[in-house]
Amino acid sequence: MTKQHANWSPYDNNGGSCVAIAGSDYCVIAADTRMSTGYNILTRDYSKISHLAEKCVMASSGFQADVKALQKVLSARHLTYQHQHNKQMSCPAMAQLLSNTLYYKRFFPYYSFNVLGGLDSEGKGCVFTYDAVGSYERVGYSSQGSGSTLIMPFLDNQLKSPSPLLLPAQDAVTPLSETEAVDLVKTVFASATERDIYTGDKVEIVILNASGIHRDFMDLRKD
Amino acid sequence: MFRNQYDTDVTTWSPAGRLFQVEYAMEAVKQGSAAIGLRSKTHVVLACVNKANSELSSHQKKIFKVDDHIGVAIAGLTADGRVLSRYMRSECINYNYTYESPLPVGRLVVQLADKAQVCTQRSWKRPYGVGLLVAGLDESGAHLYYNCPSGNYFEYQAFAIGSRSQAAKTYLERKFNNFTASSREDLIKDALIAARESLQGEKLTSSVCTIAVVGVGEPFHILDQETVQQLIDTFEIVREEETAPAEPEAAAEQDAATEQASGADQGGAGNQGGADQGGSPMDI
Repeated sequence: MTKQHANWSPYDNNGGSCVAIAGSDYCVIAADTRMSTGYNILTRDYSKISHLAEKCVMASSGFQADVKALQKVLSARHLTYQHQHNKQMSCPAMAQLLSNTLYYKRFFPYYSFNVLGGLDSEGKGCVFTYDAVGSYERVGYSSQGSGSTLIMPFLDNQLKSPSPLLLPAQDAVTPLSETEAVDLVKTVFASATERDIYTGDKVEIVILNASGIHRDFMDLRKD
Repeated sequence: MFRNQYDTDVTTWSPAGRLFQVEYAMEAVKQGSAAIGLRSKTHVVLACVNKANSELSSHQKKIFKVDDHIGVAIAGLTADGRVLSRYMRSECINYNYTYESPLPVGRLVVQLADKAQVCTQRSWKRPYGVGLLVAGLDESGAHLYYNCPSGNYFEYQAFAIGSRSQAAKTYLERKFNNFTASSREDLIKDALIAARESLQGEKLTSSVCTIAVVGVGEPFHILDQETVQQLIDTFEIVREEETAPAEPEAAAEQDAATEQASGADQGGAGNQGGADQGGSPMDI
């Protein structure tokens, strides 16, 4: 007698792609705004980006119900941190918190593929990339989601990140200017939209730098 | 209140139907340094007298932000107050997580009161030795509540707790009818004057007094020392000018304070002067 399998799944994949690029004094985080299920589009106007702390932004693709729950948990934990420490969480601190939060549900994971972007305590851009159960690494750029297989090789080609195993240790930051980085993000999403059916409609681009946070939208193909 | 055979346990009633341990806990509140709260239709102001143990030590934190729309001032055992603030913050966060909206102040004070009541009915616990002035804003408007160690709570237009709070309360009783329509600035001014009343002669400076405000469109925050000192200077100086023609004395701040304490007439004249300067509808 073969093992009985569930006739329903607690998970669904709402598709979409996320990208983040770190610069010397800025960080660009972007995600498309299409939310789908199967071959259908649920909405063309859904934000996958969450502003967790003053200098820390998270973009997540995957199962948006889990993403929403994860965002709420992190938001609540950040409030507690602020009450206790009288200051905002730094991006590296939030990165560790996100990892711990994801691993906490190791045996019923958040179906959420995250990139965290922001400024570290020195004001330099930082990007952290995660898997669904909290394994993370600081990198100079990253992409997650349905279009990541198309986006990541292109980013590697343009921005190849030094390996964390290299000695002497090299900075995990790209030598691009802010405008160049934003242009690269737009290019990358336009390309991913062509071949990934789950990516499209609009791309939401968030830029974090010393002067604060700036949000921009760019239209993408809607087919 | 004297020591008697019914006051060892919180779970022992006296023949007169009193729980002495609870009453002793309320005494602890009276021993703490003063905390004052007042509210208008749109704002609530909390003021605290900060007494440091010595010149070398820092001042005790007596005002806590609980959420963007709620803050609390404590008097009594500040450690108990800190713990209760943590509970309140946690409740606000949990409510917001579940309902994606701010916890109504009335709900929070009931939870706080129930928590305090538990400690009056367990033999292995003791009542919290802290009184809390909870200031907050919700859909039904601005609120100021007082939570007792006994588990009781009351809503107030204005109130003062802690040592020498009676002086502040007397001032507030005279003025409270105007508070509902008060502007934010006048409310803060009244809070500072009330704080000065409870200082009774001592100089009111921003190092001794902390002010916090919450209002419509204004999240709860504690005013920084500079701002408070500026506000103190504004209304203290005004008082000196107005009382100078009335009373030919040296217009030092100390004198202004003692004038206030000594005579209702002089105090009245001073307040009238404050009203003219600020252009506020403060009546005597």
